Amino acid sequence: MKKLLTKKSTRMNLLTYLLVTVAFIVMQTLASNDMLKSSTKGFLIPVCSYIVLAVSLNLLVGVCGELSLGHAGFMGIGTFAGIITAALLADVIPNGTVRLAAAMIVGGVIAGIMGFLIGIPVLRLRGDYLAIVTLAFGEILKNVISNLYVGMDSGGLHMTLSSGGLKLAEGGVMIVSGPRGATGVTKLSTFAAGFVLILFTLFVVQNLINSKEGRAIRAVRDNRIAAESVGINVTAFRMKAFVVSAVLAGMAGALFGLNYSSITASKFNFNTSINILVFVVLGGMGNILGSVISATVLYILPEAMRGLKDYRMIIYAVVLILVMLFTWSPKMTAFSARIKEKITGLFRKGEVSHE
Amino acid sequence: MKILQYLINGISIGSVYAIIALGYTMVYGIAKMLNFAHGDVIMVGAYVSFCVTNYLGMPVIVSILASVVVCTVLGITIEALAYKPLRGTPSLAVLITAIGVSYFLQNAAQLIWSSSPKNFTSIVTFDPIHLADGRIVITGEVIITILASVVIMAGLTWFTSSTRIGKAMRAVSEDRDAAQLMGINVNSTISTTFAIGSALAAIAGVLLCSTVPTLQPTTGSMPGIRAFTAAVFGGIGSIPGAMLGGILLGIIETFSKAYLSHQFSDAIVFSVLIIILLVKPAGLLGKQVQEKV
Amino acid sequence: MSNYSKKMVEVSQVTLLREQDAHKEPVLDVRNLGIDFGGLTAVDNFSISMGPTEISGLIGPNGAGKTTIFNLLTSVYQPTRGSILLKGIDTKGKTTAQVARMGIARTFQNIRLFGNMSALDNVKVGMHYEIPYSFVSSMLHLPSYYKAEKTANAKAMELLDFMGLADVADHQAGSLPYGVQRRLEIVRALATDPAIVLLDEPAAGMNPSETAELTDQIRRIRDTFHIAIFLIEHDMNLVMNVCEAIAVVNYGKIIAKGTPDQVKNNPAVIEAYLGRKDG
Repeated sequence: MKKLLTKKSTRMNLLTYLLVTVAFIVMQTLASNDMLKSSTKGFLIPVCSYIVLAVSLNLLVGVCGELSLGHAGFMGIGTFAGIITAALLADVIPNGTVRLAAAMIVGGVIAGIMGFLIGIPVLRLRGDYLAIVTLAFGEILKNVISNLYVGMDSGGLHMTLSSGGLKLAEGGVMIVSGPRGATGVTKLSTFAAGFVLILFTLFVVQNLINSKEGRAIRAVRDNRIAAESVGINVTAFRMKAFVVSAVLAGMAGALFGLNYSSITASKFNFNTSINILVFVVLGGMGNILGSVISATVLYILPEAMRGLKDYRMIIYAVVLILVMLFTWSPKMTAFSARIKEKITGLFRKGEVSHE
Repeated sequence: MKILQYLINGISIGSVYAIIALGYTMVYGIAKMLNFAHGDVIMVGAYVSFCVTNYLGMPVIVSILASVVVCTVLGITIEALAYKPLRGTPSLAVLITAIGVSYFLQNAAQLIWSSSPKNFTSIVTFDPIHLADGRIVITGEVIITILASVVIMAGLTWFTSSTRIGKAMRAVSEDRDAAQLMGINVNSTISTTFAIGSALAAIAGVLLCSTVPTLQPTTGSMPGIRAFTAAVFGGIGSIPGAMLGGILLGIIETFSKAYLSHQFSDAIVFSVLIIILLVKPAGLLGKQVQEKV
Repeated sequence: MSNYSKKMVEVSQVTLLREQDAHKEPVLDVRNLGIDFGGLTAVDNFSISMGPTEISGLIGPNGAGKTTIFNLLTSVYQPTRGSILLKGIDTKGKTTAQVARMGIARTFQNIRLFGNMSALDNVKVGMHYEIPYSFVSSMLHLPSYYKAEKTANAKAMELLDFMGLADVADHQAGSLPYGVQRRLEIVRALATDPAIVLLDEPAAGMNPSETAELTDQIRRIRDTFHIAIFLIEHDMNLVMNVCEAIAVVNYGKIIAKGTPDQVKNNPAVIEAYLGRKDG
């Protein structure tokens, strides 16, 4: 065990679990003692969703090295699959938590299946082209979902994509009604469920990275041709990363959707995909803890600046650009390295004078 | 007859996509970056033109010129402040910065012009032409749009093949390091590319809003994504490819709306894109480059 | 050109097998291999046969098509003509990864390591298909994961140690010195448990003492793992020292084949390297 702890990656993993758990306990205590503003309470669950989305996208973008611009599509599938599942099970499973778990599992599985189907054509492409096709699929998924009508009546579940909508028997309920989205959703999501989902995601993703599959995935990212030359079936491993990422995004989507009484497909557009990507890039490619922190901070930042009204998004944009310039620009990194050296130099001098 | 009418409309909207796509494709070819803020430059161009005609009461031609000048300066400024410092870093870093710029432009526009839509007055004043006993209507906007795109296309082809700067642009897009070694000023070449791309965006903005007169801060994003798709469609980096891709995309979009399904037109357009990329992974006119082992 | 083809007929009769390899099926049997790139013939009529524990060299001037031949053998390119039998199985239509799993491993002229990963992990990627735990175990780290990883670590360390790289196991591969990277590539190739290893200019960029060490190591690899080694190299000392058979190519064709001594004195070879005396 001691030897395990000395490994840097293991230490980082444990630190991530620890931080997430502490943050959960603090927020949960504050919430149960009514010490949180209702607006703060309102974004606890979405933050959980976005953390999971960022971590799962990081598996694809950071670890696998494939840029995806359609992650919100999988989130959307999860949301609607989850909402439909929860509605269907309303009479069968009265317990909300169990129903939420079932909804998340179904959301994840269906998103995973879609991920697999989409992966077959997508993963034949590389680089920017792959990115564009994921964008295209994201838009297609959004377009299809926003024309989906799902309803339930005495005859069971009905589904159609036709603009005429559904004709339900008397007493039937519409679950999803095309462009108007899902309405009358029973809110099932809880902060605790979000916390468990984050832990599950961290567990799966971090374990995967530190396994033979993870090594193969990273190998493909570092040098595809060399990976092939040692027998790695590149497409198979990219597919594994793609599907796992889609499953987790679907679960996060279900959690997200069951937090609102109504939601439309337009939420899962290109902008949402891009936002998740921003979380990943600012948190650091392949850096899981970084994704957790940046998803939290960047989600809360615009919310916290609500007081600034119209200026908040513009400030967000400027912050985003500046952060990118400061962390990536060669001049800036050289500059910060010099500053660092000066500071450490000062300390060293200080040490000498102490003697 | 109807089919002819749809074809004309498709070519018209496709021409707007093509002009926007030219900006995407030139920047991609030379700076190897996906400039997601390009769509928002279109929106700025349209707003400038709107203000000059509606608030200052200037003639249309002045408003177009003003919008071209403002967008050109804007394009050069964005490149110098946000993209240039990141040259040589992973393309993802530049992509995220471009997204930051896009947010910035949209929200700045919202601050200046508010989010409520403005009703853009068309720049075209002459009457539509009626053909075949009025069964085909060609509006002034359609004629101007198609004409503009043909002129721009011809101009760009001449520019890149016959002028010094144009040739430098092609050299930089082929091999940046080699071009630099041959004494080409890569930085100024990239700036010029942004200038041209943004000037085209201004024209596209005016044409777009003449056809679809609702102007708001998000006006540029969807046509931007469409045009970007068109650029990829035709083979990103290729100027004739952008033109072809744009027009084809416009036609496919119009036809699928008319004959297949109105509400699934997005899905159809993007499905066609995916199919094209699977058959020709570098787009219709793009060059397939194989990695050397 | 006509001169070459005449000599080629003479030399192509030579098949050189080590005594141990006599009467054994060749590990690699290449017949009349050729590839055209858009009308340009890069490799033509290339035939060789290698015994299961043979060390052979492939030499020739720059641009002669040597690396292209390696790329054909590893299915990076599909040949236009001819056949490749690896352990008696035709590799036609197989992917690079499939051929690698059949038992052909290689290194690259321009080093291709997994630069962001540790040296140890580079080797463990090579061992991927030998590590026996499932995808579920990968995600959940079941006991089988810990057991298999432990075994894999030990084996990877052993391999690194074999090439004298045990000290750098935890270093990031991309930051290692050039010569070390070359050797790490060899270790990674060996980790796939190959029947034959292709080394593309293994001594490039090495100093004379490193090259001498490498010469010994190549022989030790063969003697320890009992595998065949096929190498491209410009360092003639290394080639003449370590190879039991040599094929010389120019303009994509074999111009000589034989023992180091036979090749050294072949007029076609001298001409290819130094140009015609009267020319």
